[in-house]
Order: sequence, then structure tokens, then C-alpha cells
Amino acid sequence: MAKRGGATEADVVIADGENLSVQIRLGAVDRLSKAREKRLGLRVFVGTRSATTSTSDFSPESLNRLVGETCTLANAVVEDPVSGLPAAEQLAKEQPDLDLYDETKLETDKQIDLAKRAEAAAMALDERITNSEGADFDSSSGRVVLGNSHGFVGEYRSSSYSLAVSPVAVDPVSGAMQRDAWYEVQRKFSKMDTPESIGIEAARRAVRRLGARKVATKRVPVVFDQETAGSLLGNLCSAASGYSLYKGASFLTGQLGKQLAPEYVTVYDDGRMLGGLGSRPFDGEGLPTRKNTIVEQGVLKSYLLDTYSGRKLGLPSTGNASRSVGESPSVGPTNFYLVPGTKSPEDIIKTVKDGLYVTELIGFGINMVTGDYSRGAGGFWIENGELAYPVEEITIAGNLKQMFKDIEIIGSDLVFRGRITSPTIKIAEMMIAGN
Amino acid sequence: MGQLIPLDSFGVTERDLVGALGRVKVRDVDYADLYFESCISESVSMEESLVKRATKSISQGVGVRATAGEKTGFAYSDELTRKDLELAADTARYIASSPAGTQPIPVPVHARPSRDLYPVSQGQVEVATADRVALLNQIDAEARRYDPRIKNVLASFNTEYKVVMVATSDGTLIGDVQPLSRLQVTCIAEEQGNRQIGSFGGGGRIGFEFYRERDRYLNYAREAARIAILNLSAVDAPAGVMPVVLGGGWPGILLHEAIGHGLEADFNRKKTSAFSALLGKRVASDVCTIVDDGTLPGRRGSLNMDDEGTPTSRTTLIERGILRGYITDKLNARLMGIPVTGNGRRESYQSIVLPRMTNTFMLAGQSAPEDIIKSVSQGLYAVSFGGGQVDITNGKFVFSASEAYLIEDGRITKPVKGATLIGSGPEILTKVSMVGHDLQLDEGIGTCGKEGQSVPVGVGLPTIRIDEITVGGTQAR
Repeated sequence: MAKRGGATEADVVIADGENLSVQIRLGAVDRLSKAREKRLGLRVFVGTRSATTSTSDFSPESLNRLVGETCTLANAVVEDPVSGLPAAEQLAKEQPDLDLYDETKLETDKQIDLAKRAEAAAMALDERITNSEGADFDSSSGRVVLGNSHGFVGEYRSSSYSLAVSPVAVDPVSGAMQRDAWYEVQRKFSKMDTPESIGIEAARRAVRRLGARKVATKRVPVVFDQETAGSLLGNLCSAASGYSLYKGASFLTGQLGKQLAPEYVTVYDDGRMLGGLGSRPFDGEGLPTRKNTIVEQGVLKSYLLDTYSGRKLGLPSTGNASRSVGESPSVGPTNFYLVPGTKSPEDIIKTVKDGLYVTELIGFGINMVTGDYSRGAGGFWIENGELAYPVEEITIAGNLKQMFKDIEIIGSDLVFRGRITSPTIKIAEMMIAGN
Repeated sequence: MGQLIPLDSFGVTERDLVGALGRVKVRDVDYADLYFESCISESVSMEESLVKRATKSISQGVGVRATAGEKTGFAYSDELTRKDLELAADTARYIASSPAGTQPIPVPVHARPSRDLYPVSQGQVEVATADRVALLNQIDAEARRYDPRIKNVLASFNTEYKVVMVATSDGTLIGDVQPLSRLQVTCIAEEQGNRQIGSFGGGGRIGFEFYRERDRYLNYAREAARIAILNLSAVDAPAGVMPVVLGGGWPGILLHEAIGHGLEADFNRKKTSAFSALLGKRVASDVCTIVDDGTLPGRRGSLNMDDEGTPTSRTTLIERGILRGYITDKLNARLMGIPVTGNGRRESYQSIVLPRMTNTFMLAGQSAPEDIIKSVSQGLYAVSFGGGQVDITNGKFVFSASEAYLIEDGRITKPVKGATLIGSGPEILTKVSMVGHDLQLDEGIGTCGKEGQSVPVGVGLPTIRIDEITVGGTQAR
């Protein structure tokens, strides 16, 4: 149809899915939401001009109109010699089952019960837990279909189940409140831990923050826990995106093949991990996904690329095209992780005489062009290898380029809780701003 | 007066509405509503001096909601047939334990908002793509003309044309047309391997001509270029507690993060906000009066009505330092027994209503801005910020400077690299000792995120002095 409208190439993505989400607060249903949706995204090329459109209206008249409008839009932008579909021979020839889909349909009452159990466990752990932001149980499933004018048609289904609990602890003396949360996400319902264990961990995290104080401004070693180390790895992932790189908007510009970190640092992005939260059989342009080595023994080995950003940089796609229905492809991670070391988090903390254990980061104080880093932080002060007291209202600052060089120890505690994951890491020194 | 949105623009009849509302508003349901939305959004973007991307997205759907006590049931559909409405209604009322039935619902009176804060026709929003392309090309040329060290210019122009209609179980049927656009420019400067970034932009509920008035679009280009060039010579930011002067306009993000979120009624009803027990108490110095005002013409955060059909209003949050009020939606106002302020907002028909800010700003004070700077011997002067974030429960907030300078002996000296400021919401405004007479609202680029929903907002601030706040730089002093 698009070709009749004047297009020379085109691809179409259709995503549909359903979602059931319940929120419990203080033992009662607070929110219940159910949805079913579908969207279609169309990208056309008229020569080397291109445009992308999307709609939720699948009627033939509407789709016809959309094709016409997309071609008109494409004709309004300039020619871009590197634009276009990937070459036909690069497209995925087989679509392995990566075990991403679970047929289990949970009844509303079952989800309510699971969320209730998780919150109740959190509330029961400690008498200082007196309030709650609630417990959420979400289940969703969906399907992605991608087709293009080279004749490629691919399809996969996926599902996800998630439970998050967010209790509030109150300091009996000062009345000050602290909230924290814990969560789990799985593609298979049977893989979910018990709701009680999620609730108990959430409560433990909220209670341990009570009595947090500011500390003096100084330069010290900093240990990032799994969650906050994951966010640092996320910064690396953004900086390695082909789109940031060809625009000159990344601190990794020109760093390919250079030593970025010590030789014990290796980072992979693996699109084929069975049951992985970021796994998919083909990427947003129909290329096969694969396991890419991003950093090997500290050397930057690969960027994350799709066809367009790869062509801009003179490199082949790495199969990392990510396609949200209404946008032209961009680049995204699949399962992006730092290879674990051998020390437990406790052993890492033991190496610090005077320093910070970070468990929370807030704000957006990162300049991706320069790597300058300054974020709000919370966690625990480490004295003589032990967690001494909780800290808050401080910032940690440095530069990401230096921080990756300064990775001193990598923990053994890698757990895939999301698409981007890291074990605990220790950074030799950062600036803490407090009192 | 706002526009009257005809029912058939959504292909539904009054009978469909009353039928669906009757189905959802069973005995134990206190309130129900249907929210219809159609939205066309378009974007063109430029990089490397080429306008090479254009997107357009069309969406339409209905969200059906029922509230019973503290409970909310919600469902949405992108099909608007009677059958889909009924299905969504049956899902939404699941939270009420009452059996299905048809309760008589008052036939709604079809109304229009009593004012029109953004009388912009569809034609003024949906200008030809060629005109947008020309605008971006001129921006590129202007930024590069500003300084040859500007190596790349990224610019994007986004427009949205949204038509909404709300039908409620209390007999309201009202709609609104909500245009919105934003022009954003980012420059990357490079000198001897040192690369820096600068961004600027603006927008609002306005037509395309806004950007051409007084050559605003060219000014955005020059400002983005100026900040990128300035950052080439920026020194490392200091670390530690010091006095900070915030410039007018966008630094009002301080109010949004430090107090605004903490005064949203949902957190206070649940008593999970650091402000929960502070109504009537002092939370700021007496030079601070802060309002949330959704009624400013053409502003990005303004609305003729909120997403529950309530007219927006001006709500005093803090009056001469005393906490006066919360911002509310219907559910939280009812549960807390306080007035509805017209702040019930949702990102789209796919999201539930939450109490959200509109345009949040501090009223002007008495001081001359230059006197405020002169009053500081060693400190920071911050005039522009990137994003911010707050932990509602312990009140700690951060926001990160994108243009800031050292103040030394009462004079603005060197530009400094971005530093994050961190403080405690209920305390920080008690440390405001001077408020300038130069209230300024931001340029119209703000987007606020809460529970995964993004909505457009505005902020504003006169120049103010904060006696002490922690600055998160890298240089010990």
C-alpha cells in the first residue's frame, strides 16, 4: 500500500497487548486498572527521505489516509543519504523462542491477594513501619509484529509480572519518615519469589534509613550497591548509544578501542538470554539480536548501533535497534550487564575505612557530553569496614570517565532485576558534598 | 468562552454516555466519569544542519473511572463503540462490591468552559511542515553564526492538538481543545577537544506565530549557543554549604520540587508527605508567597478546565511563609473534606487522574536583583537548571544547574560547571532572606513526571537569596 503512495521502502510495526494492574494500600484495594491496546507504526522512505507515523485506528480508511500522510511528510524533509532499511541479507532468518512468554493469566482476585500478602509482610516486619505507599502487582502480555518491504515478517510474544512494595517507616522519637521500596519483575509467573520476601526486603530497606543524617564535605571511597551500580552502568549504556556518538553528544566519542576502565571490567549486552527481561529474537529493524561485547578487559570494544547510527559512524549495526511504535528506530540495550567479580558486598565494604555506601540516587545531574556527574545520594556511612549510620541530603560528584577508571572492586552479586544490571562496585574516590 | 465539543466528534451519543455512566455508577460507587480524548501530535527535528526526521501520531480513546471510598477502578479502550464503553464500565466498577444494575443518571448538561485561555485555531497549530522546516533551518544558521565553535545544532519542534470531553456521574458534560507546542534548541560547542552543551527553548498553548514574534526562535538559537560557549570556560563547581542566589524564571523548579509535589493532596491524604502535618504552620520565611495558577493565558501549564471538568484556579500554597493549602483533584478533595482546586490531571485517556501542579511560582518581593547579588560574599548564582527530583516522604529534593556562576565579594565572576543543589523541602524556604521584584515565568518547556505520567507544567520565580544550601560540586573550598 505504501509503495502505491510513492514510497520506495517501508516497514510496519504492530504492538498489541493487555495489562491488569492492582494497587493495595493498607490492606485494601486502592486502585485497579485493566487495559487492552493496540498501535500501528509506519515508516516510509521516498528515496532517501523518510517519515514515521502511528495510529490506534486500524480501519482500512484510516490506514489508507495514514499512508498518504506519511508519504507527504517524508516529502517535506530533506534527503538523507544514509537513511533506509537494512540490507535484505542482514535480516533475521530464524526467530528462536527465547522463552519470553507465559500463558498464565492471573485472576484479579489472585493479584489482589499477592499484593496484599506482600504489603502485610512489610507492615508486620517492624513496629516502626506504620504507613504505606502501597503494593502493586502488574501483569501484562503482548505481541510485536514487524514487517518490511524486503519481505521480512517477524513476530514474538512476551509477558511480564511485577510486584513492588513501598512501605513508610516513622522514627518514634523525631517523627521523621522514610520510604523505600523493593520489587521483582519476571517474564514467567512461576519464577516470582514469594510476595512475603519482597515485602520484608522493602520494609528492611525503609527501616534502616531511619535516623539518617548529613555528613561533612570530603573526598572518600564510594561503594555503589546493585541498584545504584546499575544506574552507573545505565550511564555507560547511554554514552555508548550510536545516536549520542555521531552527534558528538557523548563522552565516549572517539574512545572505541581505548582503555576505559581497569582490565577486570567486562560488559556485555546479550539479546539472546533465555527469559531475559531485555531479550528479543530480532531487533526493531528485523536484524537478529546477539551477544555483543561492549567492554572487554577495560577496553571499549563496541558501541550500541542500529542501521542508521552505524552508517553514520561507518560501522555495521549491532542489532540494537529499538523501536517504539510512533518513532523512527533508535538504539537500546537488551540485557546489558557488568561481569561479576569474586567479592561479596560485605567483603567490599570491609575494604573501606571511611567512606560511603550508596543505596539511592536522585536527580539528573549528569552531563553526557562531558561525563560530569553530580547527583543527590543516600545510603550509609562506612567506618572501619562496617556500615555505621544512614546518611541523606548529600551529593556525590565526579566525572564518569574518571569513575570508570577508578572502579577498584567488582562484587560477585550479579542478579538480573532489569535490562541493565550490575553487581556491587567500589569506586576509589569521589567528592561528597554535605555539611 | 471555550468551545463546545460536539458529541459526534467522538462518534458517541448522549444515550451511550448515560448508558455507560449508569452501568458504572452502581450503589457503592461515589463518582464515575468518562474521559474522551483525541490527540494529534507532530514533530520535526534537525541535526547536522538537516531537517531529516518527521513524525506524526494519531490517538483516540476513552478512559472510564469509578471511585468508591478510597478505591479507584479504571479501564480504557481505544475503540469508542457502545460495546467497548460498556465493557470498560463493567471493569471500572469491579472495585465496588455492588451488583450490576442501572442506576438513573442525570442527563448531563452539555457545557463549555467559561473562559478560553488559549484561543488558538487548529490551523494556527497545524502549520505546513515546510514552514517548520524553514524555522529549524534558520535556527541552525543563527546558532552557527553566533560562534564558529558551535559544531552541531540539534533542534526539534513538537506540536500537539488535543480535544477532550468529560462526562461525569454528577451531571457534567464538558470539553476543551488544548493546543500545545514546544521548540527546543541544543548546541554543542567544541574547542581543542573540550566539548560542551547548551540548551534553550520555549513554548506554550499558543500558535505557530508565537515563535516568530520578536524573533523568539532566533533568540532560542542564540541562547543555546551562548550557554554552550560559556561552558567551554566553566570551572569546577564548589562543594559544600553556601549561600545561593537563584535567578528569575526557570529556577522556579525549586518550588516545584521542594514544596509543590509535597503539597499534592494524594500524598497528604495518605500522610506520606513531609508536609502532611504542617498545614497552618511556618514552612518558609515571611517574604515567600507561593501560588499554583492554572489560569494564566497561553502558558504551558494552564488549562481552561482540568481533566475532571473542574475549572482551574489560582491556589495559594504558602502565604507569607505559612502553609495554606493543598492542590486537589475530586477524589482527594472529597476524602479530605477540602475544596477542589482544579488540579486533577492525567497524561492521556490511558492514565488515571492525579493531583498535579499547573504553573507554580513565587510572587514578587521588594528587593532589587542587583542588591541580592551584592549581599553575597562567597556563593553561587544559578540562572538555569536541568531536571530535578524529590523524595516526597523525607522531603529531600535535588535540582541540577546548567548555567551558574561563582559570586565573589558581591560580584558575579567565573561560570561554573553543572552542580546539583540538594536540600530539604520543609526547611529550604525558611532560608530565603531576600526576594526580588523581578518575577519571571519560565519560557514554557517544563514537563513533570509522577507515577510514570508526564504532563506539561510551568514554573516562575523572582531573583531570590537562599542563605544556605548544599552545592554538590567537586572542589573542596
